[in-house]
Amino acid sequence: MGTPRVSSTPLPGIGVRYDLTTRERRRVSVVAHRDGERTLNAYRTDDPDACALSVRLTAGETTALIDALLPSHHSPNLLSTTELGLVAERVQLSALSYWNGRVLGETRMRTETGVSIVAVLRRADAVPSPTPDFRLAGGDTLIVIGTREGVESAAAILGRE
Amino acid sequence: MHSSARFLIEFGAIILALGLLGRFAARFRFSPIPLYLLAGLAFGEGGLLPLGTSEEFVAIGAEIGVVLLLLMLGLEYSASDLVSNLKTQYTAGLVDAALNALPGAAMALLLGWGPVAAVVLAGVTWISSSGVIAKVLGDLGRLGNRETPVILSVLVLEDLSMAVYLPIITALLAGTGLAAGSLTLAVALGAAALVLLVAVRYGRHISRFVSSDDPEKLLLVVLGLTLLVAGLAQQLQVSAAVGAFLVGIALSGEAAEGAHNLLSPLRDLFAAVFFVFFGLHTDPASIPPVLLPALALAVVTAGTKIATGYWAARRAGISAKGRWRAGGTLVARGEFSIVIAGLAVTAGIEPSLGPLATAYVLILVIVGPLTARYTEPLATRLTGRRDKAAPHTGEIPETTAEEPYEVA
Repeated sequence: MGTPRVSSTPLPGIGVRYDLTTRERRRVSVVAHRDGERTLNAYRTDDPDACALSVRLTAGETTALIDALLPSHHSPNLLSTTELGLVAERVQLSALSYWNGRVLGETRMRTETGVSIVAVLRRADAVPSPTPDFRLAGGDTLIVIGTREGVESAAAILGRE
Repeated sequence: MHSSARFLIEFGAIILALGLLGRFAARFRFSPIPLYLLAGLAFGEGGLLPLGTSEEFVAIGAEIGVVLLLLMLGLEYSASDLVSNLKTQYTAGLVDAALNALPGAAMALLLGWGPVAAVVLAGVTWISSSGVIAKVLGDLGRLGNRETPVILSVLVLEDLSMAVYLPIITALLAGTGLAAGSLTLAVALGAAALVLLVAVRYGRHISRFVSSDDPEKLLLVVLGLTLLVAGLAQQLQVSAAVGAFLVGIALSGEAAEGAHNLLSPLRDLFAAVFFVFFGLHTDPASIPPVLLPALALAVVTAGTKIATGYWAARRAGISAKGRWRAGGTLVARGEFSIVIAGLAVTAGIEPSLGPLATAYVLILVIVGPLTARYTEPLATRLTGRRDKAAPHTGEIPETTAEEPYEVA
């Protein structure tokens, strides 16, 4: 299995189409428009000439997608992913957060989601192992550790406004 | 009323009306061209709102509109695009020309309009609308489809043919004799070949001369150069539009990109004025008598365009569904049919030509996006039924659909 080859086809008046056929014989292509936008295409299995999906992306959206596609994926929110299936993530409280001025215990985080809040970052300070009576403020960044699902529901609870 | 005040009021009202129509068209996701034409019909002679002082300015604006339409078309393509398409796809271009120009010529002769009008009407039915088609491809999510490069190369060749075709009709319409006419044609062909050669070899130098960091200077230099070349071309009877098209091709790279962005709004303004101008010169009362020939011509040339696309896609090894899609997409006619008819209307040959072209374009610019969408499902259903009636002739259809399961 050699390295995948990307072929290109000029589309006069529109831009260039780059094609890739995967190991599983599925085709994907990207149309590079001259204005810098991209269209991401995946092809139908019953009609390989036609697109099953065709999504137009702005330059910014393209960058975000590239970031997610890179093997050394490192989202700014994600600290590390362990082999045990646990993730650690930063969750920031908005300035209008419902939790602004409430104590940490009120979130009932461990009971509801099973995740632990291991630290709170406030401006330059870090408060490790905050106790249940720690008073939260808008703009705080909480570092939470738990399962993927647990961290997601924790983020949902902390996002309450 | 003071005449300059009257002009501002009239012209402002036209532009505002066009803007509102454009918004209306955008809401329902179709081309604003038919609405601009209808607006022209409504304003002009025999229409609801006859115009006074602004008519002269609209006429000049329309002239600039044609020049800018062709300049932008030239900017869309690089010289190497044109040359490589010409080398690999010229048979598709010839089939396209034969299938779609001949019905127009035949219709003109059938109506007893004489040879010059026949050549003009041939052009009207020949050239598809690259603007409408590019938009339809994007809207239907077909930019990545394998038949799309085939569609685009047919369009490229049509546009390149304009460089030959426009000087021919300019000469014919001017009524020059055979000798003078062929001289003009030789000049036009020579100029086109020279520009292609220069653009391929020295495009970078031209672009460096034109390009400028300051958008204002770039705008003025490109616009000035284009209008000057267009005027000189017109003086040589080669047609202003071709001059502008060649300027567009000669520019490449950064200069073309910058000019494209700067001139797009100007093109939109003046092209809209051009469509209104064309409508202005068509008396709405003259359309009903030519409606039937226009409809017949639309049906026939929609069929021939579908055949063209089908043939070209099959040649490129596209499957049956893709061939129908390519055919249906090519049906739309638009801006360039009107440009060609506009030349004839200004020259004042055959008074029914303008109304016929208007009705024809109105029909196909609206039907085109629909055929692009529905030709393939319809054709698949029809041929599928035929296959079911005779199951032995059908291919083995289900294997590709199951492929993912085999892999898993």
